[in-house]
Amino acid sequence: MSELLLDVENLTLGFRTERGLARILDGASLRIAPGQVMGLVGESGCGKTTLARAILGVLPAGGARIDGGSIAFRGRDLLREDPAIVARDLRGRAITFIPQDPFSSFNPVFTIGDQMMDLMKWKSPRRKGEGRWPALLQPYPRARRRADMEAVLEMLAAVQLPNPRAILRKYPHEVSGGQRQRLMIAMALLPEPDLVIADEPTTALDVTIQAQILGVIRRLATERRVAVLLTTHDLGSAWEICDAVTVMYAGQDVESAPIDAFFAAPAHPYTTRLLESLPRAPEEGGAADVGGIPGEVPSPLAQPAGCRFHPRCDRATEACRVVRPEETQLAAGHRLRCYHPRLPA
Amino acid sequence: MKRLELILSRLLWLVPTLIGLGVITFLISHVIPTDPVAILAGENATAEQIAALRRELGFDRPLPVQLLAYFQDLLRGDMGVSLFSQQPIAEELATRLPATLELTFAAVLLASAIGIPLGVVSALRRNSAIDHALRVVTVSGLAIPSFWLAIQLQYLFAMKVGIAPLNGRIDGFGPEPLTGMMILDSLLQADWESLGGALRHIALPAITLALPAAATIARFTRAGVLEVVTSNYVLYECAMGLPGALVTWKYVLRNALISTVTQIGLIFGVLLSGAVVVEAVFDWPGLGAFAVISIIQSDHRAVMGFTLWAGAIFVIVNLIVDVLHTLIDPRSTR
Repeated sequence: MSELLLDVENLTLGFRTERGLARILDGASLRIAPGQVMGLVGESGCGKTTLARAILGVLPAGGARIDGGSIAFRGRDLLREDPAIVARDLRGRAITFIPQDPFSSFNPVFTIGDQMMDLMKWKSPRRKGEGRWPALLQPYPRARRRADMEAVLEMLAAVQLPNPRAILRKYPHEVSGGQRQRLMIAMALLPEPDLVIADEPTTALDVTIQAQILGVIRRLATERRVAVLLTTHDLGSAWEICDAVTVMYAGQDVESAPIDAFFAAPAHPYTTRLLESLPRAPEEGGAADVGGIPGEVPSPLAQPAGCRFHPRCDRATEACRVVRPEETQLAAGHRLRCYHPRLPA
Repeated sequence: MKRLELILSRLLWLVPTLIGLGVITFLISHVIPTDPVAILAGENATAEQIAALRRELGFDRPLPVQLLAYFQDLLRGDMGVSLFSQQPIAEELATRLPATLELTFAAVLLASAIGIPLGVVSALRRNSAIDHALRVVTVSGLAIPSFWLAIQLQYLFAMKVGIAPLNGRIDGFGPEPLTGMMILDSLLQADWESLGGALRHIALPAITLALPAAATIARFTRAGVLEVVTSNYVLYECAMGLPGALVTWKYVLRNALISTVTQIGLIFGVLLSGAVVVEAVFDWPGLGAFAVISIIQSDHRAVMGFTLWAGAIFVIVNLIVDVLHTLIDPRSTR
């Protein structure tokens, strides 16, 4: 496999709460190759959003405690480098963000154009180290501003927003949710990043808009060879646009596979149960009633030892209760953490 | 369009507000057990002389008649004549208004210039030593009575250190009056000597007025910033690596100021009433000093005149604040 773009290894972190440390991530690993669209799937509360935020460097200040692991982006460890330098050189440039809620993620009191041009002023790919001005006095060179504005208008057309110039003059509350998410996609791609982190980008939108937005993300990622980390609890979204999927359960990664292998030959008991729980048409062999997974997701305050899925797993043995399985490789790109995988006969 | 509607409706509201204010102060001034006529007539006046004077002034008529007569006069722009100076009250107030406006505006500017940055810093450094120190300062800023603070400032800066004058508005004649606000007038005429004098004179009373206001503004700004920094848009701006100073002083501050600006309008009312005390201590020739003299002399007409003017100023300032509000927050005009 080629050089990895993002390599999260054994990330372990928790939040201090009144009732003790909540271990949200426990040895979570995630790998993304350049240009790959990776789905990070799991139930609500499994740590997807926390993992995305850790990569973006916006964990809640004061509350989060990182106990181990690394986040390597093109070989640079984001957890150990100077945060100011990471913010200046990587955030908003090489790694950008499409937030979950486009309604509240725009600043309500500035025009869309103002916010986009501020982003371009600081994060435009045409920006070459410009002096050491204090941030508020930093000039915006005219020629670059004009070039950036052209890029913005081009990008707004690329995300299929009608009448780009008029939209730039509007305030966020004056455009629809779908349009706002298109604007967010545009802002994520304008700095010409290597990796876009899209945290449940369609959950807040109407069902009819969801597919369009996913389509835009997929098309632009392919055209511009940008890697995407798409967190979602919706396997359907993952199936539609991802190249590969990593499944998380209770703060741990359990299985990671290319999209075809994932749906055709899932090996981890949790993954197989997850796929069985999807409603399917009877002609595709689906059951009339949709079966859930017995048991509940464990509380982050009292996580079971070993493989965290063992209390709900019908294959669990003594070993599962004690030590978390090491990662094994089933096929190219198909990794698994399980002592008793379901292997094709 | 919406903004014009807002302004017009507020101006319309000014009328019932002032009527209510006039009725209330009129009734209060006639209920309190002081007799302006007796004071005016002097210590040696006989009961007959007092009764004659009362009739002459029209104070023997029933209250509703007096009230109606007062409002009739008001409609003609006549606020009556001061019992003691024999000057028309409206004229007296008009000559004193610029001094009070200058002082209160200076205090509001000073209070905002101190309070807003302090509020932002203490919110960003929440629960740090700076935050705790600021809390002590803001609470004491609210707790210290302004007359005491005024006297301390006079003692320290005017008498001990001697860098500010004890009282008054200006030495000598000051700039040619255009607006009546000396700082503005001396700026307009490039009269730097008068400007320096005016600034030195206004410093202590403005600080006295501004300190409690700055404390309130700091607390509101802090609360506003704390609310805004947990918002999704600040998370987004940080995740996109925008410079911290830009996020704080542009994106966070403007949102945090939405509630603070409303508060500043209300603070203006507090400043107007605070000016009554501060102007008396610093011998500042404004509305407040006039109100104090009028109250001491039981000159009810003059007190009512002051109250109506102060009420009108308060309503107009809050109208300006509401317009500012629509400029800061584009959502509020829709």
